Amino acid sequence: MELYALLKVIWWLLLGVLLVGLAVMVGMDMGVGAALRYLGRTDAQRRAALNMIGPHWDGNQVWFILGGGAIFAAWPTIYATAFSGLYVVMLLLLWTMILRPLGFEYRSKLPSARWRALWDWGLFVSGAVPMIVFGAAIGNMLEGVPFHFTWDLQSYYTGSFIDLFNPFAILCGLMALALALYQGAAMVMNRGEGEIRERARALGSAAGLAALVLFLIGGFWLPHLPGYVIRAGAAPDGPANPLHKSVAVLTGAWMDNFHAHPLLWLLPGAVFAAVLLGVWALRRGHSHLGWWLGAVGWACTIGTVGAAMFPFMMPSSSDPSQSLTVWDASSSELTLIWMLGWTAVFVPIILIYTSWAFWVMRGKVRPEQVEADEHAY
Amino acid sequence: MHDLQTVVDLSRWQFAATALYHFLFVPLTLGLSFILAAMETVYFTTGREIYREMARFWGKLFAINFALGVATGLTMEFEFGTNWSMYSRFVGDVFGAPLAIEGLMAFFMESTFVGLMLFGWERMSRGKHLLVTYMVALGSNLSALWILIANGFMQSPHGAVFDPHTMRMQLTSFTDLIFNADAQAKFVHTSIAGYVTAAIFVAGVSAYYLLRNRHVELAKRSFRMAVLFGVFASIGVISLGDALGFVSGSAQPAKLVAMEALWKTEKPPAGFNLIAIPDQAEQRNLYELQIPKVLTPLVTHTMTEVIPGADAIEREAMVRMRDGIPAALALRRLSADPNDAAALAQFRAHEKDLGYALLLQRYAPDLRKATPADFERAARDVIPNVPVIFWSFRIMVAAGFAMLAYLVLATIYSLKDTILDKRWLLRLAPWMIPVPFIACEVGWLVAELGRQPWTVYDVLPTWMSASTHSVGYMIFSLTGFVLLYSAFIVVEMYLMVKFIRLGPGPAPDAAGPRAAGRAEPAAV
Ligand code: HDD
Ligand code: HEM
Ligand code: HEM
Repeated sequence: MELYALLKVIWWLLLGVLLVGLAVMVGMDMGVGAALRYLGRTDAQRRAALNMIGPHWDGNQVWFILGGGAIFAAWPTIYATAFSGLYVVMLLLLWTMILRPLGFEYRSKLPSARWRALWDWGLFVSGAVPMIVFGAAIGNMLEGVPFHFTWDLQSYYTGSFIDLFNPFAILCGLMALALALYQGAAMVMNRGEGEIRERARALGSAAGLAALVLFLIGGFWLPHLPGYVIRAGAAPDGPANPLHKSVAVLTGAWMDNFHAHPLLWLLPGAVFAAVLLGVWALRRGHSHLGWWLGAVGWACTIGTVGAAMFPFMMPSSSDPSQSLTVWDASSSELTLIWMLGWTAVFVPIILIYTSWAFWVMRGKVRPEQVEADEHAY
Repeated sequence: MHDLQTVVDLSRWQFAATALYHFLFVPLTLGLSFILAAMETVYFTTGREIYREMARFWGKLFAINFALGVATGLTMEFEFGTNWSMYSRFVGDVFGAPLAIEGLMAFFMESTFVGLMLFGWERMSRGKHLLVTYMVALGSNLSALWILIANGFMQSPHGAVFDPHTMRMQLTSFTDLIFNADAQAKFVHTSIAGYVTAAIFVAGVSAYYLLRNRHVELAKRSFRMAVLFGVFASIGVISLGDALGFVSGSAQPAKLVAMEALWKTEKPPAGFNLIAIPDQAEQRNLYELQIPKVLTPLVTHTMTEVIPGADAIEREAMVRMRDGIPAALALRRLSADPNDAAALAQFRAHEKDLGYALLLQRYAPDLRKATPADFERAARDVIPNVPVIFWSFRIMVAAGFAMLAYLVLATIYSLKDTILDKRWLLRLAPWMIPVPFIACEVGWLVAELGRQPWTVYDVLPTWMSASTHSVGYMIFSLTGFVLLYSAFIVVEMYLMVKFIRLGPGPAPDAAGPRAAGRAEPAAV
């Protein structure tokens, strides 16, 4: 394979890694936020739950930011087309998401019960809505989005914003929310005790099972969706220009890769195995194991979507031949090489100090201890 | 056409509003993180409790500010894609790289360690905690470095060329991109501007306590550290400001025209307009107070170099527009047939002026039919908004010297330990707090408005950079941002003021309201 084509594939895989990082780490925090009112019945319990992720949510959130930055650098056409096309949905995501920093930082700064209840709802919204939007966005990519380019590659989105919340997208959104609740519950079990831990156990196992049911429905739905197939053009090492290929739309084409490479069935299989085992682990109280199994579940879910769509990244339902694929939406070879270098150096460093931060802050968080600490959230 | 213009204008308003808003919180983070590190260093070396208390108290204010910095930065990260899709696609290959590296290298560091800094006091040795605090400071300043490298590319694009096969700028040299002189000067000027901001903030709040005789020991020390730090920083910001003027004056003559209200090219050495009332439509100054012969040495560091005025810049722009037309026409043919060799040759012969043809295209969608009137109008666009930039620049400079003067006086009395007797100096301090924030905001106006009509200087005009939204969508999003951000700032200011009033000590619900004006026990 030519170097440029290889780089495109590597960056496609790295995009997957980033999405997994985002889903697991940000999803966990959002799960805690969304379930806060359920997990904690008293103010002290809620504060305890918040402080379990308190030292980490900001670092975790950088997976989301880096996701934006890396798509910009490695897949600029996707960055431009997807975020402008899904405009109102992106605003919904961003506007709800930015309530989170304030919710964490400001909620417990004032003693008023109404103030705190307000921020509890804020944290609920900023946990649940972005996760649903995240899942729905992936669902929309599977379905194709109505956009096209003019000759100078200015992009136009021709759908309405309600179209983006179609039944299949909502299914994907709910599945993302369920996995986030699972991940958040596992975290709260890790660092909580007593009532909070019990409620997290119940929530986590229910959410895990719900995710599996939704995944199963999605799996039966997928062969009935229109899939996309490249007919001509789009040389893997060609210049990144989406105007010079032709694409056909065939119902069920998203299953082609699975038929061609049966080993890929391991991915959806692993989603089932990991989440089922994870639910078992949570019920037995092995919450650390449950957390890691949840992460595997996320990774294999995203892997399943990638395997179905490859090499498509953002298909166009209104002008399929202008769909964005791995071969024609990336940066130049030089940029991909440089960025690969930076990533290879910094991701290991990030993983080291992130682990150290979790290690330093390890241990149970108790409501009494939070109440006594004037610097706690 | 009309619709497009409205959408671009609304997109600009939205970007300007959200970026300027983000930059209300950025400078304090940049500077306060170093002041916290300095306080903690003293604690580490002397072991005196009061320095730990200082670090924790200012750390609390830091966190209140930081939360909004993060929240507003989050929307910025995606706003290039949501609202400037043509721009993002056009330069993402180059511009996206520093943004991604910023995440990898800086945001992860800053955000991971900030949690440990705020919550890890009891869980780490003093040395480790100090290291963590330094990591936060380093991380936030590295983030400034990378974002300004990105911004520097827009101001003077180096290290990339336009590729007709992908219809965008592509990276040719990564080192040219990051060692861009404009970016380096901007980085130093902007981050030091943050240090000045934090110094004035800490001094102002400390003076408030000193005047009320509260937390005297803590406030006196904070005040002294802040003003000392501030003196060096304000000298730095002024000298780097001069360097920046030098760099950007040579890279962007039109910005210089705007900063100095220089309508006509003068024989060197040209005079410096201390004060002027520029009239953009008439292209002259209704009033000017000039110091003769000073401008040329100031901006060129010579006595003989000619500084082009607006007239010369417009003339040159017309020539370049005409020269760029064949390149723009060839592009269209290349888009239909990438193998058209004649079109490629035509493009290559004229590519350096492509940006100017695009500028003209705003008035002449079919470039073959461009009239002299279209050329005139497009050439006028090349001169940015002179009155706003002229005055913004003077406000920034005046603020710089005013702060320097204040900080020098405050340092002298603080070191002589007679600051408590200089009531007027203390009373002035809280009123100084808005000054650096204003200077930072108008500084960005100079930098960004001065770059108009380009998003990427000389390459990509603003009018074609925006996403193709409807006017309705843009009104919706702009309104949403304004409402949301207004609510945020009210909450932030309320908390900030409340926690400043409360001062160092236990949280409100733990200790109940404390009596204002009561002197602290001697132990503090
Ligand atoms: C000179 C400095 C500077 C400039 C010009 C900008 N920022 Fe900023 N940004 C910072 C300096 C900074 C900072 C000091 O690092 C912040 C401010 C408060 C904070 O928490 O970190 C930050 C926070 C911050 C965050 C949150 C990071 C986190 O979670 O820690 C994001 C995503 C951005 N910024 C993105 C942007 C974008 C896309 C900008 C361009 C339009 C931008 N910033 C301009
Ligand atoms: C936080 C600091 C910043 C402030 C306060 C700021 C300010 C502004 C202002 C006032 C405008 C509007 C100019 C106008 O259109 O009338 C603008 C536009 C813009 N700026 Fe900046 N800017 C900042 C940082 C940046 C950075 C770091 C970048 C790039 C990395 C950038 C990219 C842009 C873009 C793409 C536009 C829109 C196009 C345009 O109108 O020129 N800005 N900014
Ligand atoms: C004598 C004093 C000063 C001079 C000569 C000066 C000069 C400049 C110049 C020429 C620019 C435009 C950069 C460009 O072309 O892109 C600029 C931008 C800026 N200035 Fe200043 N400045 C001074 C003082 C200050 C002070 C006191 C502050 C804040 C505390 C400040 C904050 C900024 C900021 C935030 C920017 C925008 C970012 C950038 O372009 O680097 N400046 N300054």
